[in-house]
Amino acid sequence: MASYSTNEFKGGLKVMLDGDPCSIVENEFVKPGKGQAFNRVKLRNLKTGRVWERTFRSGESLEAADVMDREMEYLYNDGEFFHFMEPETFEQHQASADAVGDAAKWLKEQDVCTVTLYNGAPLAVTPPNHVILEITDTDPGLRGDTAQGGTKPATLVTGAVVKVPLFLEIGETIKVDTRTGEYLGRAKED
Amino acid sequence: MGRSYMGSSEMTDSLWQPTASLEALRRRAELLTDIRRFFAERKVLEVEVPLLSRRATSDPHIESITALCNGDPAYLATSPEFGLKRLLAAGLGDCYSLGKAFREGEAGGRHNPEFTMLEWYRRGWDDRRLMVEVGELLSRVLGIGQVQSMSYRELFLRELQLDPHSAPEEALRHCTAREVELSFAPQSRDECLDLLMSHRLEAAMGDGITLLYDFPASQAALAKVVKDDSGTPVARRFEAYVGGMELANGYWELTDAGEQLQRFETDQRYRGMHKLHVYPFEERLVDALRVGLPECAGVALGIDRLLMLAGGYSTIDQVIAFPIERA
Repeated sequence: MASYSTNEFKGGLKVMLDGDPCSIVENEFVKPGKGQAFNRVKLRNLKTGRVWERTFRSGESLEAADVMDREMEYLYNDGEFFHFMEPETFEQHQASADAVGDAAKWLKEQDVCTVTLYNGAPLAVTPPNHVILEITDTDPGLRGDTAQGGTKPATLVTGAVVKVPLFLEIGETIKVDTRTGEYLGRAKED
Repeated sequence: MGRSYMGSSEMTDSLWQPTASLEALRRRAELLTDIRRFFAERKVLEVEVPLLSRRATSDPHIESITALCNGDPAYLATSPEFGLKRLLAAGLGDCYSLGKAFREGEAGGRHNPEFTMLEWYRRGWDDRRLMVEVGELLSRVLGIGQVQSMSYRELFLRELQLDPHSAPEEALRHCTAREVELSFAPQSRDECLDLLMSHRLEAAMGDGITLLYDFPASQAALAKVVKDDSGTPVARRFEAYVGGMELANGYWELTDAGEQLQRFETDQRYRGMHKLHVYPFEERLVDALRVGLPECAGVALGIDRLLMLAGGYSTIDQVIAFPIERA
């Protein structure tokens, strides 16, 4: 595998650190006036999601990590694994609950997600930024209360719980931002 | 492309455009005018020295950019220091240069390989007296009244309870390992001190103007080494910091030709041993010192960083029209 020198470090670059694949978040070149040059780097461990800070001597290198992001369609969950398919090759991948992590609560069949592959196997799953999901459980709606701006919890078909306006009912579909878990609006009827 | 970048800056920015705002470029012009006025009032003469030279710095931590001139290697100046000192030895009095300097491999939020440097010399002054003038220039340009002076030792003692001159190397290593997450084991006292300074102490200096003086003798560069009140040999060197950012580096200048030659040779040996490029060093500076460099103090100040502070900009790209990626 190739390696990258500190002067090639930039946000998003995938490298190996302490045996784990990491994504570079930030690379700051540090050089005291008459002293030696260092690179102060923040890296996200792609296995744990934790952000590490590490200082390198300028010119040091790290091995590249065999990590790539692929757009894939979510197929189904067989109780143990989540199955995804590459839309062009129809190649299927199964991801463990560990790899899917928090994304699980937003996954709806046929939605297109970003699956991060490490050495060819799913390491992490990022749901679409916006998803449209049906409300399966919430307190009865309060019509005429649209102006109040109050909210109540609603459980969605995927199991996620989001805060929604009081007037929404079971069976309605809503649009949610998966990055913040925020309700964005009622989905348009087709 | 796997991902859509619609609406992001990658697609809408055009690489022909400056990265600095027009407002920042106007501020730059005002700053240069202010600086020239400051020195005109004080009768310090502006001079020009070569940007392209057959000789290069021997400083082990500074790499020169090599060009070709009339078919032979020439080096872009990493500072105007050698030219200015040769002029001082030739009898020119107080003088300054305000122009470009170049350093290979230095790029980041606070570095561009091509940058603007102000460097000036005061005949008959020492570092202490020049520090006062640096404080005056910075106060005037930045509108900051508060200037504090502190020795390198005081800062280390206050923040880390360590004496940087006398602490055992083991204690320095221990402290560095505790304060900084490293991918390597530091190899020298100076490497530990540099790491502690850049990762821990710069941020601890506060928002005002800080003038830090009496550096370890091992970091003397071209400053005189003199014993301080406690009898410790220290480099009569100072640095100016504002808001944790290093702005200027000044010396009570070494005037001894023999010692100058020795420091050049030590640097060249270090470069050879560490597989760094060994450039031809400036023996004409040694010749000038032999004839006699008057006692003087000199300081170099980064103008791009000063502009960042004056205008509240967070990266150097915001104050340079065309940084290296667009140059």
